[in-house]
Amino acid sequence: MVKERKYVKVLCISLCLAFLYFPLIVMAFFSFNSAKSLSNFKGFSLRWYESLFGNLQLLDAVVVSVSIAILATVISTILGTMTAIALTKSKKVIRTTILQVNNLPIMNPEIVTAISLMIFFSVINIDKGYMTMLLAHIAFCTPYVITNVYPKVKQLDPNLADAAMDLGATPFQTLMKVILPQIKPGIVAGALLAFTMSFDDFVISYFVSGNGVENISIVIYNMSKRMNPSIYALSTIVLIVILLVLLIGTFIPYLIVKKKGASINEASS
Amino acid sequence: MKQYKKLVSPYCFWLFVLTIVPMLLIAFYAFTAKGTEITTFRFTLDNFFRFIDPIFLSVLMRSFVLGILTTVICLLIGYPIAYMISKCQERTQTLLILLITIPTWINLLMRTYAWMSILSNNGLINHALQALGFAKMHMMYTDFSVVIGMVYNFLPFMILPIHTSLTNMDKSLTEASMDLGASRVQTFFKITFRLSLSGVLTGVTMVFLPAISAFVIPKMLGGGQYSLIGNFIEQQFITVGNWHFGSAVSLVLAVIVIALMALIYKAEKRTNMSNEDEEGGSRRNGKRKKIRKSTLH
Repeated sequence: MVKERKYVKVLCISLCLAFLYFPLIVMAFFSFNSAKSLSNFKGFSLRWYESLFGNLQLLDAVVVSVSIAILATVISTILGTMTAIALTKSKKVIRTTILQVNNLPIMNPEIVTAISLMIFFSVINIDKGYMTMLLAHIAFCTPYVITNVYPKVKQLDPNLADAAMDLGATPFQTLMKVILPQIKPGIVAGALLAFTMSFDDFVISYFVSGNGVENISIVIYNMSKRMNPSIYALSTIVLIVILLVLLIGTFIPYLIVKKKGASINEASS
Repeated sequence: MKQYKKLVSPYCFWLFVLTIVPMLLIAFYAFTAKGTEITTFRFTLDNFFRFIDPIFLSVLMRSFVLGILTTVICLLIGYPIAYMISKCQERTQTLLILLITIPTWINLLMRTYAWMSILSNNGLINHALQALGFAKMHMMYTDFSVVIGMVYNFLPFMILPIHTSLTNMDKSLTEASMDLGASRVQTFFKITFRLSLSGVLTGVTMVFLPAISAFVIPKMLGGGQYSLIGNFIEQQFITVGNWHFGSAVSLVLAVIVIALMALIYKAEKRTNMSNEDEEGGSRRNGKRKKIRKSTLH
């Protein structure tokens, strides 16, 4: 009876994972197809990878996506962390108002945020392009950074910062040496979220960019009418990069901990 | 720490310019119509009266029906899966949760694009059907393909919060219930399910809200003619060029979504509070356990 239940459990979870990974595996598999078909495997070839690297439009889009994601992450992380630290010290009225308004871009349907920014940029007469896309990305990433960092700042013991300053540290030194190290997990989580949100965004980028500035999502959207295995090749590369980052991210801390543990053991013996 | 107080002003300015003003602009466009001259706008409620249009009402209906259908399917698959994962060993759980999270890190359009070729008339499924001697099925550009795409993309967001609430639960409660003579089924419905309700509510929000305002998935898997409320808004802005009506629709969508969120948030608070009233003591125990665990490390 118990054994049967266990088999059912394994079967159900495997089916769910199969559903989640099926399209990704199909994508990776057919990116190596020598024919254009996405359902008939003719033979192994790298021609779609070659055509991917010959496709300037797609390569430009990769550059735009990556550079916007990095810039938006850096700026929104700094802005969000700064605000989160300041919020714990500001008046209650200001704090609650800002936190409420900050929730607006998170709760609002993406398309409404996109439309509002599009109208805004056209009313103040800024040409839609790289700048508007960057501004929009910072605008929708920062709220997520704040919601990740603010609870961590709230848990801080304010006496620590005061003590640092009493002992002669400048506010800036205190920030760098006392506050930031303590809220680091929140900042890292917020920055990661900001990066993935920005990198994956389609709806907002679609409405606020123009003049030939396209990110990966927009290019895929425009190509989706026709079959193009180059997109499969690109997706496979993205998948591999994510898996690599994940592997490095899980194993390096593990190795460091092991090394530290070993050195502690050595020291104690 | 008072020295940092002033750091709030840049973001105040930022929020005002890039969140409040754009939202006010939507409201402004929604309540006005183009005047006789390009620069003169006049106040009107016409944009809202146009909602009675049967075409628009059918779009709204369809968005809600598909949103609810997607949410129900995600819940019916997601809850059992989250439950089964929470019954695994801790190490396996971490691995499984990671495996469920990974697909969400891949661009939504790439994932949806993969489904396009799987479901198309010359796609993988139809190839398999033909090879097995069955007739081809028409799946692309139907409600079916749109719902598959939405369930596929949103399912992890249902599993993850439910799993979190199931693992945060105090195990001794279910043991107590069984000791006191309740059957497995009774224990599940009276204890486990009720305690995981906050996770279910979070999951429902994270699936239903993006599903009713979805825009790319119906466009890619439903075809150009397919219209949900998100596509309707896009058409008004990009193809039709009626910003006033488009803004009115966006405003209504935002109000519906934010009101639903507020309602769910309230319900969540209530379930948390009632749990705390009933099992306040055991919750404290759980906390103590957690503290003990963290000191062990």
